Amino acid sequence: MSDIKIEGYEFKPGFKGMAKDTGSDQTMFKGVHWGKAMMWIFLLSDTFIFSCFLISYMKGRGSTLIDWPNPSEVFGLNVFGVDVPLLLIAIMTFVLITSSGTMALAVKYGYEKNKKMCGWLILATAIGGLTFVGMQAFEWSKLIHEGVRPWENPFGAPQFGSFFFMITGFHGTHVSIGVIFLFIYAYKTFAGHYDQGKRGWFTTMKGDYVEIEILGLYWHFVDLVWVFIFAFFYLW
Amino acid sequence: MEKTKKQEQTTTHKIGIYLWIWGLLFVLSFFSYMVDWYQFQGMLRWSLILFFMFLKAGLIMAFFMHLYWERYALVNVLLWPMTAIACFIFLMVAEFEYTVFTRLFYFVAGG
Repeated sequence: MSDIKIEGYEFKPGFKGMAKDTGSDQTMFKGVHWGKAMMWIFLLSDTFIFSCFLISYMKGRGSTLIDWPNPSEVFGLNVFGVDVPLLLIAIMTFVLITSSGTMALAVKYGYEKNKKMCGWLILATAIGGLTFVGMQAFEWSKLIHEGVRPWENPFGAPQFGSFFFMITGFHGTHVSIGVIFLFIYAYKTFAGHYDQGKRGWFTTMKGDYVEIEILGLYWHFVDLVWVFIFAFFYLW
Repeated sequence: MEKTKKQEQTTTHKIGIYLWIWGLLFVLSFFSYMVDWYQFQGMLRWSLILFFMFLKAGLIMAFFMHLYWERYALVNVLLWPMTAIACFIFLMVAEFEYTVFTRLFYFVAGG
């Protein structure tokens, strides 16, 4: 959406445009920032990794003859003497969606070159992500105290633990890396690196607000993966 | 895109669309939590979970990740590989059903 115009190349919408774009001279995705295209390719490969985890979970859960632990009890919380099913996971979901919304707005304000709003929204996103990771750490330690291990658990099928730690751990790693980058980008935004076109450390690329969109793609993807984990691991 | 000419000035969308999608995501998440709250079982539970999941995923991809406004070349590069995942799921469903069958046959029924 932020694609720059290439001289002598006219972009056409729809499948005609796709044919022209795919078969065009020298490069595909003309005018798309290379970082954005590469982020999409990375996210595609990441999709396959998470799919493999979730499919192996499906296969493991489907092929065991022992009852699978009931997630709404395992992840339930006791609040003031009342057992609320899946409470922590529901709060985590809302926290992640909140941070996804603030990120979407940060991208929007970034393109409007509204440095202040963009920076604060990225910071809000980072804090949302940090809250999420913190709650996940709490969830992990709670389950480990209750005796859940990758090879056994007191609730049912022993495979439960290995899938739980693998899938939520890998997702949590993604969130943690995202949080680190969100803090860095919040600093870079406030410092005006994207207004001045200052170069980053890994690259000679000039700073531009398109970087906020690229970071946003990653962050929304993390939220997207959580949608699937929430549905398949916690609700199913 | 006919917008191309205007793109130097503005490339953003109105804030309303983001807030709408944001609100919808909250509502849909609330609904999928309600599926667990009311302890729906069986096909009703699974279909509701999948319905809300795909709706949420679609909204995030289309609007938060801008795929709805993105060029077809990119959209197709991203979405067609998903058919490979669908095939993999199909294969593994057949696989776990066979595993369950053999386990029942040899462990429970005794061969």
